[in-house]
Amino acid sequence: MSERVPVLRIGDILLVSIQVDLEDQTVMNLQEDLAEQIVSRSARGVVIDITAVEIVDSFVGRMLATIASISRLLDAETVVVGMRPAVAITLVELGLSLGGVRTALDLEKGLALLRRSVSRTDRR
Amino acid sequence: MTTPPPWAAEGGQQTHAIAKNDDVVRARQLARTLAQESKLSLVDQTKFITAASELARNTMVYGGGGELRAGLVRRNGRLGVAAVFDDTGPGIADVDLAMTDGWTSGLGLGLGLSGARRLVDEFLLDTEPGRGTTVTIIKWAR
Ligand SMILES: Nc1ncnc2c1ncn2[C@@H]1O[C@H](COP(=O)(O)OP(=O)(O)O)[C@@H](O)[C@H]1O
Ligand SMILES: [Mg+2]
Repeated sequence: MSERVPVLRIGDILLVSIQVDLEDQTVMNLQEDLAEQIVSRSARGVVIDITAVEIVDSFVGRMLATIASISRLLDAETVVVGMRPAVAITLVELGLSLGGVRTALDLEKGLALLRRSVSRTDRR
Repeated sequence: MTTPPPWAAEGGQQTHAIAKNDDVVRARQLARTLAQESKLSLVDQTKFITAASELARNTMVYGGGGELRAGLVRRNGRLGVAAVFDDTGPGIADVDLAMTDGWTSGLGLGLGLSGARRLVDEFLLDTEPGRGTTVTIIKWAR
C-alpha cells in the first residue's frame, strides 16, 4: 500500500506540503485526492508547497501541470510555492518549463495571490 | 561491451536492485549521497539526482526492473559521480527516436532520456533489442 500526502483546508483553499521523497504511486494518489477534494470541499484554490522538495523530475513536474489543469476545469486555481532555484534551473534544462503553472516564491505570497484572484472572480 | 566508468578507489561502488517502485526513491537517495560526496555544486547535485531519477524509472517501467551501480569516479585527478542503469528488458529499437524530446512509447512526457543527457556531463546509451539497455551517466565536480 502506498502512502497519501495530507491535504489541509484553510477556508476555501486546499494546502498540500510535500515533505518526503514521493513514490510515483503516491504522486498519482495526490493528484486524485486533490481533484476529489476540490469538489467535495468546494475549494477555490490549491497551494502546493514544494519548499522541502530537492528534485522535481518529469513525473512530478507532470503532476504539477496536471493538477493545475484539473483545478482550472473545476473552477479552482493552483499555485506552486517554494520552488528552489536549483530545481527551477534543472526543470528548464530537463525541458519542462511548466508554463501553465502559477508559482509564488513562498506560502504567504501564494496565499495572497490566490485571495486576489478568487475575490476577482467572485465580483464577476 | 561498454567501457566501465573510471571508478575511484575511495568509497567504492554500490549495487542496488531496481525492482519495486520504492527502489526508484532509493536510487534517488543513493544518487544524492554520492553527488554530495563528490563535492558537486548544489545545482549540479540537483541535475545529477534528477537524471538518475528519470533513468531509474525507465529501468523499472520499460526495462522491467534491473540494477543500479553507482559510485565516485576519478579521471585525470578530477572527482565525479557515476551511475549505471542496467536492465535485460526489451531494449530500444530506434535510439534516435527514443532520444527525441517529447517522444514516449508509454504515458510519459518523453523527456527522461533526452533531458537526462542534457543534465549530465557524460551520457552513454547502450541498447539492443532483445538484450536490454544500459545507460551510464557521469557528472564531474567543477
Ligand atoms: N530501459 C529502457 N528499456 C526499454 N525502452 C526504454 C528504456 N528507457 C527508455 N526507453 C524507451 O524510450 C522512450 C523514451 O524514454 P523517456 O525519454 O524516458 O520518456 P518516457 O519515460 O516519458 O517515455 C520510452 O518511452 C521507451 O520507449
Ligand atoms: Mg522516462
